[in-house]
Amino acid sequence: MTARKLLLALAALFFALGLGACGEREQVIVYKQGKYQGKPDSKPWDSDPAASLYTTSKWTKGDQTSWEAAVKTRNLYQSEYTRAK
Amino acid sequence: MARMKFLCDAERCIECNGCVTACKQENEVPWGVNRRRVVTINDGIVGAEKSISVACMHCSDAPCMAVCPVDCFYRTDEGVVLHDKDLCIGCGYCFYACPFGAPQFPQAGAFGLRGKMDKCTFCAGGPEKDLSKEEFAKYGSNRLAQGKLPACAEMCSTKALLGGDGDIIADIYRERVLKRGKGSEVWGWGTAYGKPDQRAAPAGAKS
Repeated sequence: MTARKLLLALAALFFALGLGACGEREQVIVYKQGKYQGKPDSKPWDSDPAASLYTTSKWTKGDQTSWEAAVKTRNLYQSEYTRAK
Repeated sequence: MARMKFLCDAERCIECNGCVTACKQENEVPWGVNRRRVVTINDGIVGAEKSISVACMHCSDAPCMAVCPVDCFYRTDEGVVLHDKDLCIGCGYCFYACPFGAPQFPQAGAFGLRGKMDKCTFCAGGPEKDLSKEEFAKYGSNRLAQGKLPACAEMCSTKALLGGDGDIIADIYRERVLKRGKGSEVWGWGTAYGKPDQRAAPAGAKS
């Protein structure tokens, strides 16, 4: 009787394991803004402006808004109409 | 900030390859790898010759990211598509998926072994410590972390190649087109779907 119960328990265990193997996992990668999908990259505004060579851009280290403002200023210089004003 | 984008003005590009050279120099790209190149159509035909500078377009819905079997790609907050060379296996799927031919593979050895993928990083480096030697060796220069824009766009002598915040470069291009009175047809609805006065004949119509 005990052997029968053990056999039944084993069969149930294998059945559960077998079904588990048939399960479907999520295969679509969910891209979250700012999470960089787990890659160990740092943000550009976290770098020290003083460490940059020959740059005119000035921003506060760690401040995204000031970095974006600095890049925007640089960006606008690509227009001759802005430079000529 | 919107997404970082490139825009090349075919009316201004003079095929000087300055952008290609700037990219090579800035990132010390190895021989045989071209992160950027200039494509010319109707070469030598007066009035019809057009050139355009092409590299990774940092797609908003990048096909390379979708097909990568090891998920080595990622997108930064600024919309720059980068990849991790430590994860890349050099399979080449991204090359087949990319409509611009941006992914490049260094060749090594007598049998042309394919190395890890290399592509334009929008001068944003990669997943290493910013401005470190390791980052430069693997991915090239990180100009964004220095408050600069990609070298190719900033070096362009005619400012045909614009790079930066998509909204700003679109504004620059729009202002330019309005001033010179032409060029809008190069990009936009008319190019993609035909002009309203040149509607495609309905399917099955006989000429």
